Amino acid sequence: MNGVRVLVGTRKGAFVLTSDGKRDRWDVSGPHFAGWEIYHLKGSPVEPNRLYASQCSGWFGQIIQRSDDGGKTWFPPGSKLDELTTPEGMPKGESNKFVYDTSPKTGKPLTTHQWYDGTQHPWEFKRVWHLEPSLTNPDVVYAGVEDAAIFRSTDGGKSWQELAGLRGHGSGPQWSPGAGGMCLHTILLDPSDPGRIFIAISAAGAFRTDDAGKAWRPINRGLKSEYIPDPSAEVGHCVHRIAMHRSRPRVLFMQKHWDVMRSDDAGESWHEISGNLPTDFGFPIDVHAHEPDTIYVVPIKSDSEHYPPDGKLRAYRSRTGGNEWEALTKGLPQRDCYVNVLRDAMAIDSLDPCGVYFGTTGGQVYASANAGDNWAPIVRDLPAVLSVEVQTLP
Amino acid sequence: MIRVMLPQHLRTLARVEGEVKLEVDGPVTQRSVLDALEGRYPVLRGTIRDHVTQQRRPFVRFFACEQDLSHELPDAPLPDAVATGAEPFLVVGAIAGG
Repeated sequence: MNGVRVLVGTRKGAFVLTSDGKRDRWDVSGPHFAGWEIYHLKGSPVEPNRLYASQCSGWFGQIIQRSDDGGKTWFPPGSKLDELTTPEGMPKGESNKFVYDTSPKTGKPLTTHQWYDGTQHPWEFKRVWHLEPSLTNPDVVYAGVEDAAIFRSTDGGKSWQELAGLRGHGSGPQWSPGAGGMCLHTILLDPSDPGRIFIAISAAGAFRTDDAGKAWRPINRGLKSEYIPDPSAEVGHCVHRIAMHRSRPRVLFMQKHWDVMRSDDAGESWHEISGNLPTDFGFPIDVHAHEPDTIYVVPIKSDSEHYPPDGKLRAYRSRTGGNEWEALTKGLPQRDCYVNVLRDAMAIDSLDPCGVYFGTTGGQVYASANAGDNWAPIVRDLPAVLSVEVQTLP
Repeated sequence: MIRVMLPQHLRTLARVEGEVKLEVDGPVTQRSVLDALEGRYPVLRGTIRDHVTQQRRPFVRFFACEQDLSHELPDAPLPDAVATGAEPFLVVGAIAGG
């Protein structure tokens, strides 16, 4: 029977939740990396037991962890005895080395972005927000980092190289941090085109490459953001999340700071699909596993009140690709609930019916085994949840 | 023999228990001790000092002999008691956060 493995990153460690295809009984493993912030964990689509995790702390910086056995054991890539030295004999230890590329040949000498006070500020690496394993090669993985940039490893996470054309696009001096920092938090790989990657940055917007990361351009036409001087500017939008269905990669769904948006042309243009949502502020957005026009969001009251409207935790589902939304409430708290659901904290498995999962800043991970109709908590009392991913296992 | 005491999270990361004992060639300084430490445990690279600038991370402190040595120059000699192994060199996570 099929099973699922839910990978949960929290403020104080990682948790691995497993169940069979019924998804009603769960085993909980963790905390892994206890005491560290785990921004994101994700498994390789081609080798499901290969997992990558971003482990970080304000004290000791960034660590990348890898598991080759589905999360039972972990190690920083390159830390096995036979991997520790170069031919010259010096230690490597570079799995956590994220250095911006400013070389004349491959990097651009772009060294500043806009700071909160409007002045230019040097790029400074802080952490990895998101890890996106390749769709075809388990040793290839992308990292979205703060300050915003995208890195790629081709050796299973042992070393990282920036795809510097993104920061070199030329609009970098206009990028500025959102309240959570200037992070590259979304990486979508196009399953139909190996050269096409979509990314999103708070607060710069969405970008796309069609040549595997050499050249990038902003894809924000149609976005309107009243919190920037020119609401329709090419960059500066606080995109919170983008999602696609793998069968239809030209159709993108976006949860922006405010507004839920849709593009039918790979980001060339966007139109609003907020429709009858009670509020169109929120963080995550995701797509049903088998219905490309069924999408999910979790509306949050406002940018200054990061909790559900009226104290009722409601996911919303649209079966029409947007505009017409229905509240999903069965099994979710409908009073006195003031948690948030962060941008990387929703995931959908590929069983039939598909399972939908999201985690909250209150430490609950909710699961629905029937595409959102009914919900139940898998766990209730974890540290604040930063990310949720799910793997559907054979 | 230089004795180094790491904070708990770095001991877990390096998979060591208790003090780390290191041989250091030449003058015993912050830089030579940390070079030897990272040489033995490459996984610690970037966790105490920045990979590129080699500057101490802001919330990491260096104590020894009841002194805060965090602001000493990296090539300044460490106290004789550290160099002789009588006292440990302490890498400390600063008290901050929750």
